[in-house]
Amino acid sequence: MATIYVDGTPHEVEEGQNLLQACLSLGYDLPYFCWHPALHSVGACRQCAVKQFKDERDARGRIVMACMTPVADGIRISIDDPEAREFRKSVIEWLMTNHPHDCPICDEGGSCHLQDMTVMTGHAHRRFRYKKRTYRNQCLGPFLNHEMNRCIQCYRCVRFYRDYAGGRDFDVLGSRNRVYFGRHEDGVLENEFSGNLAEICPTGVFTDKTLKKHYTRKWDLQWSPSICPHCAVGCNVSPGERYGSLRCVVNRYNDAVNGYVLCDRGRFGYEYVNSEKRIRGPLARGAGENAVEAVSKGTALERIRPWISEPERVVGIGSPRASLESNFALRALVGPERFVAGMSDPELRLARRAVSILRDGPAAPPSVAEIEACDAVVVLGEDLTNSAPRLALAVRQAVRRQPTEKAARFKIPAWDAAAVAYCCQNEKGPLLVATPAPDRLDDAATWTRRAAPDDVARLGFAIAHAVCSASPAPDAMSEADRSLAEEVARALKDAKRPAVLTGVSCGSEDVLRAAANLAWALRAEGKDARLSIALPECNSMGLALMDGGSLDQAIEAVENGSAQTLVVLENDLFRRMEKTKAERLLESAQHAIAIDCVENPTTARAEIVLPAAALYEASGTVVNNEGRAQRFDRCYVAEDNIQDGWRWLIDAMSAARRSEAKDWTSLDDVRAAMTEALPALAGVAQLRVEGGKIPRQPHRYSGRTAMRAHIDMSEPTPPEDADSPLAFSMEGYSGAEPPALQPFFWSPGWNSPSAVNKHQREIGGALRGGSPGIRLIEAAPSEKIVWFEEIPQAFSRRPDEWLLVPLSRIFGGEELSVLSPAVAERVAAACIAMNPKDAEALGLKAGDEAEIRLGGTEPIRQPLADMKELPEGVAGWPSGLPGVEWVEMLSWIGRKGTD
Amino acid sequence: MMERPLTQHIVPNREPLSAEEYEKVGGYGAVRKILGGIAPQDVTRMVKDSGLRGRGGAGFPTGLKWGFVPMGDAAPRPKYLAVNGDEMEPGTFKDRVLLEGNPHLLLEGILVVSYATQLDTAFVFLRAEYKLAAARMRQAIGEAYARGWLGKNILGSGFSLDVHVHTSAGRYICGEETGMINSLEGRRAAPRAKPPFPPVVGLWGKPTVTNNVETLCCVPSIVVNGPQWFKNLSRGDDGGTKLYGVSGKVKRPGAWELPMGTTVREILEEHAGGMRDGLSLRGFLPGGASTDFLTDAHLDVKMDFASIEKAGSRLGTGTTIVLDDETCPVGLVLNLTRFFAQESCGWCTPCREGLPWLASILSDLENGQGRASDLKILEEHTRLLGPGNTYCALAPGAMEPIASALKHFREDFERHLRGKRCPWRSAG
Ligand SMILES: Cc1cc2nc3c(=O)[nH]c(=O)nc-3n(C[C@H](O)[C@H](O)[C@H](O)COP(=O)(O)O)c2cc1C
Ligand code: SF4
Ligand code: SF4
Ligand code: SF4
Ligand code: FES
Repeated sequence: MATIYVDGTPHEVEEGQNLLQACLSLGYDLPYFCWHPALHSVGACRQCAVKQFKDERDARGRIVMACMTPVADGIRISIDDPEAREFRKSVIEWLMTNHPHDCPICDEGGSCHLQDMTVMTGHAHRRFRYKKRTYRNQCLGPFLNHEMNRCIQCYRCVRFYRDYAGGRDFDVLGSRNRVYFGRHEDGVLENEFSGNLAEICPTGVFTDKTLKKHYTRKWDLQWSPSICPHCAVGCNVSPGERYGSLRCVVNRYNDAVNGYVLCDRGRFGYEYVNSEKRIRGPLARGAGENAVEAVSKGTALERIRPWISEPERVVGIGSPRASLESNFALRALVGPERFVAGMSDPELRLARRAVSILRDGPAAPPSVAEIEACDAVVVLGEDLTNSAPRLALAVRQAVRRQPTEKAARFKIPAWDAAAVAYCCQNEKGPLLVATPAPDRLDDAATWTRRAAPDDVARLGFAIAHAVCSASPAPDAMSEADRSLAEEVARALKDAKRPAVLTGVSCGSEDVLRAAANLAWALRAEGKDARLSIALPECNSMGLALMDGGSLDQAIEAVENGSAQTLVVLENDLFRRMEKTKAERLLESAQHAIAIDCVENPTTARAEIVLPAAALYEASGTVVNNEGRAQRFDRCYVAEDNIQDGWRWLIDAMSAARRSEAKDWTSLDDVRAAMTEALPALAGVAQLRVEGGKIPRQPHRYSGRTAMRAHIDMSEPTPPEDADSPLAFSMEGYSGAEPPALQPFFWSPGWNSPSAVNKHQREIGGALRGGSPGIRLIEAAPSEKIVWFEEIPQAFSRRPDEWLLVPLSRIFGGEELSVLSPAVAERVAAACIAMNPKDAEALGLKAGDEAEIRLGGTEPIRQPLADMKELPEGVAGWPSGLPGVEWVEMLSWIGRKGTD
Repeated sequence: MMERPLTQHIVPNREPLSAEEYEKVGGYGAVRKILGGIAPQDVTRMVKDSGLRGRGGAGFPTGLKWGFVPMGDAAPRPKYLAVNGDEMEPGTFKDRVLLEGNPHLLLEGILVVSYATQLDTAFVFLRAEYKLAAARMRQAIGEAYARGWLGKNILGSGFSLDVHVHTSAGRYICGEETGMINSLEGRRAAPRAKPPFPPVVGLWGKPTVTNNVETLCCVPSIVVNGPQWFKNLSRGDDGGTKLYGVSGKVKRPGAWELPMGTTVREILEEHAGGMRDGLSLRGFLPGGASTDFLTDAHLDVKMDFASIEKAGSRLGTGTTIVLDDETCPVGLVLNLTRFFAQESCGWCTPCREGLPWLASILSDLENGQGRASDLKILEEHTRLLGPGNTYCALAPGAMEPIASALKHFREDFERHLRGKRCPWRSAG
């Protein structure tokens, strides 16, 4: 600790930080631009100037940049000093010489860091009388607007895009007062994290293009604390709503999970909520023909009542994209024996394997922040950028951060970003990316290895063995793989906090076992090793912790006639099994009831469809990859008959005159029953919060009395939210709300995303109330490791057959986000990818239509794409992409077809 | 006869000496001497003792700088030298004389610093327009390799050195030593904040010495003749001779090697031949475009670092720009400010946005469209863009002529305002 004097007042602060951080943490309002808590200091904007004095007697002092000055014991500074104030005001005056002052038509207006800082410095009067500089803007694709005239040259964007996110197609161009931030030519910004520029840019240069299409000032939006539904990382987000439609999604800071950044799928995928495919009321499908009619809630419930009154005749299919509470309510409706987790057999097996590895082994799953702090990383089998994007970004930070330990030897503090970069140059921490297909993380990797899943697993086992000889060794490794394994093992043993990241997309349990052995081997060697397993959906981990069986169990029950009715909760079965199989299942059931938010092939075949709230309109709990249970609370009450999945299920229970229904009136009731019934989820009980009404609307929310005047002059009473301490109002509790319940961040004078500063204990650290979420999985002690002994044989290709491996796709690979028009624009073309040598042997070339036969089914046609790096004998399949049929991973496809 | 270690072998309008010719007149003697058995640290000590201060503008003691380079087996490798031949400061043209006139002298200096700091590779960073200098430098490097002065195991000493020429794409900021390092690394030519200092963390993160061309050209004679000899060359506290230059409306603009500490009067009157007929001196920028004006009251000041500083300016590069009474000081300052605004790297706000504003104001003043409040804005900027407030020294340097013009030629600014036109321009 050090004592610093700010305008004469002594403060105890942590050493090793800079004065700007320290002053902000102490609550002082000191303006800044180029510094950002995730990007640190470069000293460019000169906005954070303060006076520094040599000692008590020094009355003159000198101006220094707070962000570039290390905290030192006894240092004396003044924020209030007239010269420092004058200088800070001048910085704004300079910036304003070229800034267009177009706040009224600027999308950033009202949540603009530049506005806030301008007011903070007091610059109000313009002396500059010359023409302002103007630029030509670029068309950057569906996500972001570009309005360069507003640029204040803080260099944050380029530092984020290139240095932080590893993007290459964006740069700073030109010089002097003509510097330009953009691409070399118009075109789509390629990086998967580009959307963060809207929050990182302190002005209105980069703004959310999807928001612009239905623009509303940020202060006029109603917000809620929610969780991104588009993958299993569980980034914390705040959706913003007006007039019953969702307008945007912004980052909601959680230091342990997303920190300051989201991926573009998460940020721009929200428009599925407003999609034409939304199911807005109960539907009934007439017998025989495909006639669908809208029915009332009462009629719908009346129709299903007889089908569900005998639970033993019903199978409930849950869903890894529905909340724990909805799944639990379904389980209650049909009974635990007839509740299935909504995953295919291999999917569920992998998810359960993931849980047991994490729970029974000694390597705990790391938070995203913990991954960022790792000093050596191995990625086995998973294309993280496309399946768990935020984790990939965390890996980038880990390898970027690792060499900065070297900078410390030159007394360069970690926050001195430019100096660190000059010192470490392009050096990166050790990273192995061993995956079947080319990977976006390759450019950050020390080693890359392209191999079929079995060989990826074998490499993992080999590294594990090289780390700790107790871990079993694969036989007959190639010389190249053996030496690669040894090299990687050496790097891991030199590390203090190594991490192993893997996932289930390629469908290989062997890869998971290899990753487990590796992480455990590192633990056995005394390393603080972590193991992260990426699952596909926002509640995959939650479902793995519940007790349902797999979809095969549902198929069996329907086919053997023991069940007549299927209740499908927020699940499109066609994304989990072959088309014919799903069709057969839905047809063989006498009655199929689907509860979902969007139309899909499953709802299209259900007799009764009940409209579920989309996640942003719903409340509940999901569990992420880390085993972190996170609550989300509805942003607004969706129109008339749309309600949470669990509410529909309670309604169904009461229609069936089930007794629980009476006791379950709110989410907390369901939660309480669930945590009692399922010990693995007991921790979720802690997410319950009692207390005052927290406003979802900023206190500048305008037009409340007028916004419905064209419908009804009288202002309706806002709906009550029985499920949370949040209110659909601008009034209410205005103290320090629990962080998990903070709908948006705001503080007087801080209207931009930087307002989060005022809610953190320390700048860049945890929120005042702690990091939202409860971890449900803790690792076992490392005394007795039960190694996985079974090691697969080396991959051997088959003549005329190809092993299918996934090509995960961030845009288009996920069911809901692809319904957002902006995301849909970014979807890559469907294809089947092969090594060109294989294609050649088949007499095919890129672009040709390939006919693919799988056991028994109709052939599938797909254009062929060359992928040089793909190992021979495997074929890449863009799973989940629109128009791409579900195929089980690791199955063999071929000319002949297999049975 | 006066000693001229820098220019003794330079004959205007003649090809420079070849390596062979240079050797014949005693060239590379310093290299023979040090490789013959002087310890690197002792070479640095000699340079320290000689009182040599950097000729690139900042006047940093050269031996002291070399002493910051980590030495010994544990030192990071490779270590680099970046020779600063960017010379884009308006009014400065002294390094060109040396580069074109005697490239082998520079190579000899490069060898001395490289041996003293045990570095591996040197880059000679040249201003884009210095095409002839680049050609001659490359020619000389080729000869030096051929004759064993460069390359592996020089003179069988075990010491090796490679030298490359790098020609700039043409930005003034590339002359700022860290801007030069960024530029050599292929990054944008913007400066770096210090610390870390280049001798510790420089090119590609490795220890890097940066020295001006003239600075290194002084070094061989120090080694050959000893520090005391070098010191004695000077008429002031700083050792050696200096290439002084004069531009402006003098009779004989040019550059001359003279003892350090020669007075302004002697340089202007004896060497530059005094003002052109009919003109009189109003002021001068003693050390190039980014130094403060001095006036005829300062003619007897010695042109060395300390004396010029005491007079209120900086020796800078030692190349003087003269202002006569038929040239408008506002116009001169406008011209310089436009240059600095144009050459701002665009990294920090005060310089990037402030300088173009000042250029616009000066242009209005010069064209009779100034406002009384403009002088206040100019004055404020000379304070606000002071050292420490901006990221590098470019903007503070740009303020020096403005601040001193407002001090010495205030009345001329006022006349522009009152008369709504430039008094030096004919009406209409
Ligand atoms: C804007 C700016 C431009 C500069 N240009 C040059 C230059 O062209 N040549 C040069 O030698 N030094 C230049 N310098 C000074 C260098 O930063 C550095 O001090 C010098 O090269 C060090 O060499 P020395 O110690 O031998 O003088 C410049 C400095 C600044 C701030
Ligand atoms: S575009 Fe935005 S983030 Fe980038 S430099 Fe300009 S103001 Fe800063
Ligand atoms: S899709 Fe995943 S990584 Fe992206 S914002 Fe959502 S939770 Fe985070
Ligand atoms: S003062 Fe700032 S903008 Fe100007 S050249 Fe230096 S770093 Fe660049
Ligand atoms: S925030 Fe300190 S200089 Fe930009």
